[in-house]
Amino acid sequence: MDNAPGFAFQILQSVFVVLAAPLVMGWVNQCRARLQNRAAPSLWLPYYTLAKLFHKDAVIARDASPLFRITPYILFGCMWLAAGIVPVLATGLPFAPAADVIALVGVFALARVFAALAAMDIGTSFGGLGARREMLIGFLAEPAMLMTMFTAAFISGSTQLATIVDTLAHREFAVHPSLAFAGLAFLMVLLAENARIPIDNPATHLELTMIHEAMILEYSARHLALIEWAVAIKLFAYMTIGFALFVPWGIAAAGDWAALPLAFAALAFKLAVAGAGLALIETVLAKMRLLLAPEFLSTAFLLAVLGMLIHFLVSG
Amino acid sequence: MSPLVGSLAVVACWLAIGLLGLIPSGNAFFARRLAFPLGALASLALAVFGLQALWIPAEQLTLPLGLPDLPFHLRIDGLSGFFLLLLGAVAAGITVYATGYFREETAGRLTLIALQYHVFLASMAMVLLADDAYLFMVAWETMALSSYFLVTTDHRLPAIRSAGFLYLLIAHLGALAILLCFGVLHGGHGDYTFGALRTAELTPVWASVAFLLAFFGFGAKAGMIPLHAWLPEAHPAAPSPVSALMSGIMIKTAIYGMVRVIYDLIGGVRWEWGILVLVIGAGTTLFGVLYALMQHDLKRLLAYHSVENIGIILLGLGMSMVFIGFGQTAAGALGLIAALYHTLNHAVFKALLFLGAGSILHDSGLRNLNDMGGLIRKMPNTAFYFLIGALAISALPPLNGFVSEWLTFQTALQAPLIEHGVVRSILPLFAATLALAGALTAMCFVKVYGIAFLGQARNPPTEAAARAAHDCGAAERFGMAWLAAGCFVLGLFPAAFLLMLNRICEALLGSGLPDTALVSNWLWLVPTAPAHASYSAVIFLLVILAVTLTTFFVVRRFYHGRVRLAAPWDCGFPAQTSRMQDTADAFGQPIRHVFGPLYRMKRKLPGPDDARPRYELEIEDRHWYWIYLPVARLTGWISAKVALLQQGRISIYLLYSFFTLIALLIFVR
Repeated sequence: MDNAPGFAFQILQSVFVVLAAPLVMGWVNQCRARLQNRAAPSLWLPYYTLAKLFHKDAVIARDASPLFRITPYILFGCMWLAAGIVPVLATGLPFAPAADVIALVGVFALARVFAALAAMDIGTSFGGLGARREMLIGFLAEPAMLMTMFTAAFISGSTQLATIVDTLAHREFAVHPSLAFAGLAFLMVLLAENARIPIDNPATHLELTMIHEAMILEYSARHLALIEWAVAIKLFAYMTIGFALFVPWGIAAAGDWAALPLAFAALAFKLAVAGAGLALIETVLAKMRLLLAPEFLSTAFLLAVLGMLIHFLVSG
Repeated sequence: MSPLVGSLAVVACWLAIGLLGLIPSGNAFFARRLAFPLGALASLALAVFGLQALWIPAEQLTLPLGLPDLPFHLRIDGLSGFFLLLLGAVAAGITVYATGYFREETAGRLTLIALQYHVFLASMAMVLLADDAYLFMVAWETMALSSYFLVTTDHRLPAIRSAGFLYLLIAHLGALAILLCFGVLHGGHGDYTFGALRTAELTPVWASVAFLLAFFGFGAKAGMIPLHAWLPEAHPAAPSPVSALMSGIMIKTAIYGMVRVIYDLIGGVRWEWGILVLVIGAGTTLFGVLYALMQHDLKRLLAYHSVENIGIILLGLGMSMVFIGFGQTAAGALGLIAALYHTLNHAVFKALLFLGAGSILHDSGLRNLNDMGGLIRKMPNTAFYFLIGALAISALPPLNGFVSEWLTFQTALQAPLIEHGVVRSILPLFAATLALAGALTAMCFVKVYGIAFLGQARNPPTEAAARAAHDCGAAERFGMAWLAAGCFVLGLFPAAFLLMLNRICEALLGSGLPDTALVSNWLWLVPTAPAHASYSAVIFLLVILAVTLTTFFVVRRFYHGRVRLAAPWDCGFPAQTSRMQDTADAFGQPIRHVFGPLYRMKRKLPGPDDARPRYELEIEDRHWYWIYLPVARLTGWISAKVALLQQGRISIYLLYSFFTLIALLIFVR
């Protein structure tokens, strides 16, 4: 092992993300409750919920196939993998070269496909409805996300997230108009992919509007807990991808223990601001009609493509 | 044995197997028991010879067959070796599967199928081995005819006869264009060996004419728009192993033809050609996947996905041609590698999917997705292999479809190398097309898998059929397992194939990938340089397995594995039936909403007071109304005018002869 500190950082970061992700969820919920003039739940509520769900007996429909039972584990595994690729605390992690941004988008796609398949497994009308809507959101969000990544890749000449972050964090401060477009597109994709308002509402089970909740309606107990946890990690991963692309400052290099406290502080600050911002967006916006979602997402796609074109115009 | 002689021996074997089946025997013993297993062994041998040819210098041979003074010239080099590998490896799986699939055919049909099937295989191998235009066209036409007879195996159905006719028609239009292309390359001197065509000096105009003829001629066979119309008709009409051969391998011989003629024979690739290929490729990709999403016939849906994947291959080829045109050979090589790798990947997973569809059709009698449902419980093996194929075609890591799309994206990301400002900025748009198509494919296969294999069986009349469904036999299972293993091998160890394909690029383009890319080893795939991009499917798979298993055991260790089985939650509405699930058409509804203007839709909506409301929807390809029907009407009109000559009276025909003689006497003295 020539890169022992690197591996230590890798494991530290992966475990940290998995453990901290529900906290971010709790923070977003708390902020939203305050903004909506409700009594705020405890910051630790997501952990209590997970613990409660893990202790319950799982109730599974009689006709469920093995696919239904393994999907929660696959979802959790995919998100954990994503958390290992994204430079959250440090760049230059030993595992990062195994998967670049395109593979990262692929991991999210893999998770989405399994979630949608599991939703259709029991054969209830809600499952199919959720799967159909989720894939509708996905087929537009995924290319938009990829184009956002490509803009950053063109600026830094690499599809490795670590290299992108290094280039963007250690350049002289230059304004990239293309990144502004990409940033807006990324924000829209983040809202859609994480089932937030205005595309989906994580706090409702209203049949006409739900997407993600419709897919997981048949899940209970430990399976549900794993899915909820995976959702929290996904939100965390998306936020940190955003930080990596647009506000990469403060991140440590792998093995640089001295820079770690600063990286922690910077990350905590960014997460707090981003969580509050997300709560604010969810408070001031209303949920869209489902059939407007394609317009919302094609706007994101076009913004990302525009950002890419602007990069060529400005640099060429 | 040298690979060329070995490949010829395999071709001879296949022909012999086909003919031996014709010997009359009790219940077609040879065709039923031996033909297909022997054919599969021969395929495997061909794959080995193809692999061998990739690593040694090109070999040539002249066979004293054919017309007097026109012997057959044969040659095997890296490019044909790669396609022979594809043909052999994929055909081996399909042929093993065919052993089981055709077991219950009647003796008469079976001997014919075995003959046509092996002649078809042999002709495809000869297309890849041909080194002169004459042998190439002979093999090309043999391939078209043998596959025509295979498509029309069920010729008693009128729909299948007309599908076969359409196929034959477009195949011949394409063959004519290819013939003309060879004529242009020949230019009136020398002979028709590829060696002579290669050295021909063409002006840019004639080179472009030759390119257009080759592109559209081979494109007609590949199924690119607007010449795709035969593909969604003919591929589903054939018996499933034949569909797999056609979609998996035959349309790839057209890609071989394009690369051979454009890169090798014409040479001097221009970037304008690349733009045309890119535009057609992008159109083909989106068209294919959007129409696939509208289908409810499983085999038709898969055929539309073949159209889409040909588009993806063309995107890689087009990018490669643009880069080569601008003198960026390394990026051009990457594009060519991406295209060829996707060719191989598509052959493997599409063959697998067609075989899976064949098993559903064969073992449950269902073809329409709207009648299926819950098949995973009746046919778990088929469901398992089909899932692997579906994940592979959806370009999900760590399977093989992802790798070739990843390479295509990496090619597009080389765009800053191009000096031409406009071209540089439009190249990434084609990557955007590919991204969109990839995501739509994932949606389509969630639909296919969710509706066919998951959920509950749908219609009461077919429920009996679905109940009678059983899983496929051992031969079918083995054939599918072979191809599914191929999806994993190609997905997990792409770097070995990258280095192999790089040799083809070095032979065709003079140079290949930069040295920094050749650090690729079995673990790491590096297309340009390690700092720019890398991917390791093995690590990816190991990590995902490790974390998933860790989660599983941690959850089991610290909590419990208790499960209660119950009825699905009915939302307080106990009268749920399986008809309330999504159908294939319902699943595609959002796409119809978003991309409505692209389809020609005929809707029949029930009125408010219909006692038996029915919702009907018919979707047609706009190309029929834009191109095919006008051309057909024009042809009909011209034929009608020409038919005026034919009055059916001998005196009038004598009059024609008389006038012709007079004219000849005047003009030819």
